[in-house]
Amino acid sequence: MTVLCLVEQDGGAVTDASLRALTFARSLATDAPDAVLFGEAAGVPAQTLASYGVSGAHVVEPGQLAGYAPLAWARVLAALISETGASAVVAAATDRGNEVMAHLGALTGLPMAASCVSAAPAGPSGTGQWRLVRQRWAGLLLEDAVLDAAPALLTVAIDAVQPVPADTPATLAVQPCQPELADGDLTVRATESAGQSGGISLASARVVVGGGRGVGGPDGFAPLEELAALLGGVVGVSRVVTSEGWRPHSQQVGQTGTKITPELYLACGISGAIQHIAGCASAKHIVAVNKDPGAPILAHAEYAVIGDLHEVIPALVTAIRARGVST
Amino acid sequence: MEVLVCVKRVPVVGGKIVVTADGQEIDTRMSGFAISPHEECAVEEAIQITERLGGAVSVLTLGPAAAADQLRDALALGAGRAVLLETDGREWGPVATAAAIVAQARRHTPGYDLLLLGNEAADTGDYQVGIRVAHALGWPCVTGIKHIEISDGVVRARREYRGSEEAFEFGLPAVITVKEGINLPRYPSLPGRLRAKRAAIEQHEPPWEADSLRMVGLRVPQTERKQATVLGTGADAVPALVALLDELGVLP
Ligand SMILES: Cc1cc2nc3c(=O)[nH]c(=O)nc-3n(C[C@H](O)[C@H](O)[C@H](O)COP(=O)(O)OP(=O)(O)OC[C@H]3O[C@@H](n4cnc5c(N)ncnc54)[C@H](O)[C@@H]3O)c2cc1C
Ligand SMILES: Nc1ncnc2c1ncn2[C@@H]1O[C@H](COP(=O)(O)O)[C@@H](O)[C@H]1O
Repeated sequence: MTVLCLVEQDGGAVTDASLRALTFARSLATDAPDAVLFGEAAGVPAQTLASYGVSGAHVVEPGQLAGYAPLAWARVLAALISETGASAVVAAATDRGNEVMAHLGALTGLPMAASCVSAAPAGPSGTGQWRLVRQRWAGLLLEDAVLDAAPALLTVAIDAVQPVPADTPATLAVQPCQPELADGDLTVRATESAGQSGGISLASARVVVGGGRGVGGPDGFAPLEELAALLGGVVGVSRVVTSEGWRPHSQQVGQTGTKITPELYLACGISGAIQHIAGCASAKHIVAVNKDPGAPILAHAEYAVIGDLHEVIPALVTAIRARGVST
Repeated sequence: MEVLVCVKRVPVVGGKIVVTADGQEIDTRMSGFAISPHEECAVEEAIQITERLGGAVSVLTLGPAAAADQLRDALALGAGRAVLLETDGREWGPVATAAAIVAQARRHTPGYDLLLLGNEAADTGDYQVGIRVAHALGWPCVTGIKHIEISDGVVRARREYRGSEEAFEFGLPAVITVKEGINLPRYPSLPGRLRAKRAAIEQHEPPWEADSLRMVGLRVPQTERKQATVLGTGADAVPALVALLDELGVLP
């Protein structure tokens, strides 16, 4: 029983979300999963893949297919399904993962289950019935579902599975893969635009300093920015802040923004609406700064400071600087 | 430019989500309904596009009779036409939903140049209706878009990618799914509201079809709700806060 896992890379390393997807893929079958990668065969992160128990890597080289083209990527997966007789295809529930898997569903006429938390074959293996748990409402609700399809097309909720290497590493065989593309498969292909930040991204930052309506306006963010810089983190905001136009939407945390997984989320002047919590519930530690001791955020935070963020945050910045930390 | 926007009626969930006793749906006795946020932005984007390039905006929803409210919300903002694909209240899966949207797109003459959808519906979050529609129509599709420019039949679309951006360029007709943040939706005007109230809504009743992904039940995840330990009040709490950050290992 082969399970294929689409593996996304960033700067030559497997992304954190794909490590989680690999961990999930491994749980679906006793056989080691196969990885599918797009990039130079020579640059395959072989050690990581082997440590995650991957025994086969199907690699599509840039000479065959360069850049991100969702439909072409799905075409490659469709061909690999036929070639390997895969019983499941798995990807991380990232923008690209969901997109490629939805194309694969459309190409093959199969259903696609997004944001799965767990999956297991139901009944005797090979019947193509699966029991799934998947997220709805960005994880605020869980759906128990039955999937009748072979292979099962699944994306893995990023905040539902921890990345865990296999007990025993596998021996990895790298196989180049020759895609046979159809007309139009490359009509939509990404060009990475230059001149962008390249700094720490909200999704992967170790520290996020959150600001909500309590910040009061676009000018109130300077101390939060300063604190974030001191801690090597970034600023994240609530939807009120972006819909007021105080900060760009790319900084929004929540159901319709970004899901974050930092060590520390310091939520300042944020009430803790469930759609906001949907984006930050996977933070290792949440600390709230709020002037209202009854704010719902206090039921999600581990620690809180009750008070005006305009006093607390500048004082915190001063205290951290006094320890000799600078930006 | 003929633009069709697909919007879904979803409950407005407040402080928490409550599931009905039979676990089959969200308890909406106390909640209102609205268009999913990404799709509110899709409506706004469609209106802005036709303001720039001319043409008309149609909105479509597949849902119960009451989903006409969401169509009227979009009409009040400036959509010209509305189509209700009326259901008997059962939940439709993404495959069947896409098929019904495709049937409507084919029914419409002279035909649409652009279909705008949300990246994912706020409730079911299936992340696929737009792509399935595009495949059936044989049109290109991009998802999660936060910026659209159109000139001479060519679309330039951008989205976020790992803290940076990626861009796509392709021709019309096309399907684009958008994310909140692509624009700030306007508020309806009074004349807009009045016009929407009187507008005729085209109606069809597509037959329900089962998806091979079947929901068995819904439940709210168990999270340990801890009540936060209060470190202190105001700036006096700062020493305790610094000590905590140190303990958590986030101080450089
Ligand atoms: C479908 C849907 C999707 C959504 N998606 C998102 C999303 O992705 N992200 C998101 O954030 N929201 C989202 N929302 C909106 C969400 O429901 C809330 O409206 C929003 O999160 C509230 O933002 P806030 O906490 O900044 O503002 P408020 O709820 O107004 O809270 C402000 C808080 O600041 C505190 N405060 C005020 N002044 C100070 C001060 N000087 N010092 C300290 N504390 C102070 C107050 O006590 C209060 O707790 C979504 C809503 C819907 C319906
Ligand atoms: N019942 C529906 N009626 C109209 N549009 C819908 C419906 N369901 C989904 N859509 C559209 O498809 C998008 C993606 O939905 P989904 O694939 O279900 O997450 C949504 O953002 C809507 O634009």
